[in-house]
Amino acid sequence: MKHIISMLVENRPGVLARVIGLISGRGYNIDSLNVAPTQDITTSRITMTVPGDDHVLEQVTKQLNKLVDVIKVFDLTKEKYIDRELAMVKVCASTKNRSALIELAALFRAENVSVQNKAMIIQMVGTTDAVDNFLELIKPHGIVEVSRTGVIAVGKAEG
Amino acid sequence: MRTGVECLMDGLKKAGVQVIFGLPGGSVLDIFNGLYDAPFKFVLTRHEQGAAHMADGYARATGRVGCCLVTSGPGATNTVTGLGTAYMDSIPLVCISGQVPTHMIGNDAFQEADTTGITRPVTKHNYLVRNADDLPRIIAEAFYIAGTGKPGPVLVDIPKDVQRASTKAHTPDSVSIRGYNPTTEGHPKQIARLAEAINKAKKPLLYVGGGAIAANAAEEVTQLARKAKIPVTTTLLGLGAFPETDSLALRMLGMHGSVTANYATHHCDLLVSIGARFDDRVTGKIAEFASHAKIAHIDIDPTAISKSVPVDIPVVGDVKHVLKVLIPLVESKERTEWLAQIQEWKQKNPFAYDQNGSKLMPQYVIEQIYALTKGDAIIVTEVGQHQMWSAQYYKYTQPRTFISSGGLGTMGFGLPAAIGAQFGCPGKMVVDISGDGSAQMNFQELVVAVEHQVPIKVVILNNGYLGMVRQWQEMFYKKQYSATCLGQSGRGKNEKIKDCPDRPYLPDFVKLAEAHGALGLRAKTRAAVVPMLTKAFEADGPAVVECMVEPEANVYPMVPAGASLMEMIQSMA
Repeated sequence: MKHIISMLVENRPGVLARVIGLISGRGYNIDSLNVAPTQDITTSRITMTVPGDDHVLEQVTKQLNKLVDVIKVFDLTKEKYIDRELAMVKVCASTKNRSALIELAALFRAENVSVQNKAMIIQMVGTTDAVDNFLELIKPHGIVEVSRTGVIAVGKAEG
Repeated sequence: MRTGVECLMDGLKKAGVQVIFGLPGGSVLDIFNGLYDAPFKFVLTRHEQGAAHMADGYARATGRVGCCLVTSGPGATNTVTGLGTAYMDSIPLVCISGQVPTHMIGNDAFQEADTTGITRPVTKHNYLVRNADDLPRIIAEAFYIAGTGKPGPVLVDIPKDVQRASTKAHTPDSVSIRGYNPTTEGHPKQIARLAEAINKAKKPLLYVGGGAIAANAAEEVTQLARKAKIPVTTTLLGLGAFPETDSLALRMLGMHGSVTANYATHHCDLLVSIGARFDDRVTGKIAEFASHAKIAHIDIDPTAISKSVPVDIPVVGDVKHVLKVLIPLVESKERTEWLAQIQEWKQKNPFAYDQNGSKLMPQYVIEQIYALTKGDAIIVTEVGQHQMWSAQYYKYTQPRTFISSGGLGTMGFGLPAAIGAQFGCPGKMVVDISGDGSAQMNFQELVVAVEHQVPIKVVILNNGYLGMVRQWQEMFYKKQYSATCLGQSGRGKNEKIKDCPDRPYLPDFVKLAEAHGALGLRAKTRAAVVPMLTKAFEADGPAVVECMVEPEANVYPMVPAGASLMEMIQSMA
């Protein structure tokens, strides 16, 4: 099962290496990873999705909690949460297919952020499934490049 | 304004450091210049691995945080095994390493290594100091992290320019780290549950590990066992947490544990782990480990709970603290039937070896060391057969008197660790029990013992083999002794040296001891053992006694890897 792990860490060099080392050292793959500072510049939020069984992920979560630079760890999969990711897709677009792409984007509430002679860049925000689905549909037009943020998520518990 | 080096010296002083083990180099010239008239003893080792093991042995013997100091690049990489050894056994030490100047980092500078990267998996925490302003705080944090919670090694990497830079920062009076708050007080409800389980149990067993020694809780373990009449088995690192001379002591359990301890583990109805982590060398086949028992686990490390064996009653907290709360809740009981059963097992199955004839058996040497030191020495070991015999044939009654690399299993640990232990405990007899394989790793540190007249005694059980590996080859690989013959006869085809009639065993340990300035002695017969050991123990300075023991003696009992504790092999016959 895929787990979404959200952690609050010190915003310092080397912290990400520690977190990743702990997971890769056990032979697990990280499906997606996102890091950015929070409202407090001294802390960062790391969100990652890691596949693995519950027992293993419970161990990993405990071990992450033990790292000195890690302030708090949540396995969001254990609670209610909202998750999204952002994808930017550069897709081949000429006068022939531009309107088809615009229509497709509108269906997914995706946005055209740049239009050029032979390509356009579409920004899409949604769940991983929605992004996957959108990419699948525009694939026939010819995708030049995709950049995804990976999952970010927030637990719904109040307070 | 103070320099980085001055901040470091102040931090070490405030951390209570008394002795530093290490070796200088280009990147730490400024630190060594600062050390020149600093109020600590400095011990110049001959290899950085030796420095790390000495700091480790010092920490294990005293309970204080050990400290070592090395240069960048190879100096730091040479400590990796030492840090890994300390990490696996949760030993508090701080390693200070030099680093190339910050502007050179990443440029493949001379003697540059990514030290924090390399040591990340073998330290509890590490730091690369980028700014002298951070240095006082980091030194205070390093000692705090090393010595609190589940102890462990911490490395502080200090670039040369940071050592020289000026700062107004001061060593803080207290340390507070928001991501580091070890739970020391056990949950009262969990402790009450544990007490209830103990009071209800008919056949309880205490399974005590190194955590009890780290927490200085030997006294509480003993109180609990005696009050509730619960038999006690310990892990290798738990030796000394409960007096092995007590009738409740079952000795060590696991792969080379006593028959009684393993039987009791199998038959008990409540197994209480006290600072022990269910290591694979202890449990054997997990599915059959203590399969009739409810399992309770007291540990300061939440990740140790249910890691390999599911736990029914977890108590996260400092062992000493938890036991202090637990003991008043536990009822005094007689448990006549269970203890009678245990006595019967004990009488039928003592540790035993071949007593016939005049063979010089390795176990005999350990028994004589026990007799001559009246059980009062600090025994340090290397890794292998001699390590197991030292656990089996010497009875430990005090914590911090058995020092051994349990988790990582580092050959070459014992001699430098013995020196470190002796620096920490000058009044004690410190004996490093070694094999001829381990003795050849880090022997160079004997010079340190001689120079400082630190009177460690090294007893080498020379069987001419890498004995534990040979034993596995004998038992599980059809006696094909591949690369385990340290002597030149009996080697496999591809290891034979051409046109070589049997040449003598190399090295000559007596000459080697003498070359290092120590007393060198050899016992070739059983009759010579006691006189030679006596001579060594009575000598003022360090001494090495080589005992030419029975080459193919094996460690029994033995639970084959992955088998259940009930499948003990008692002999090859």
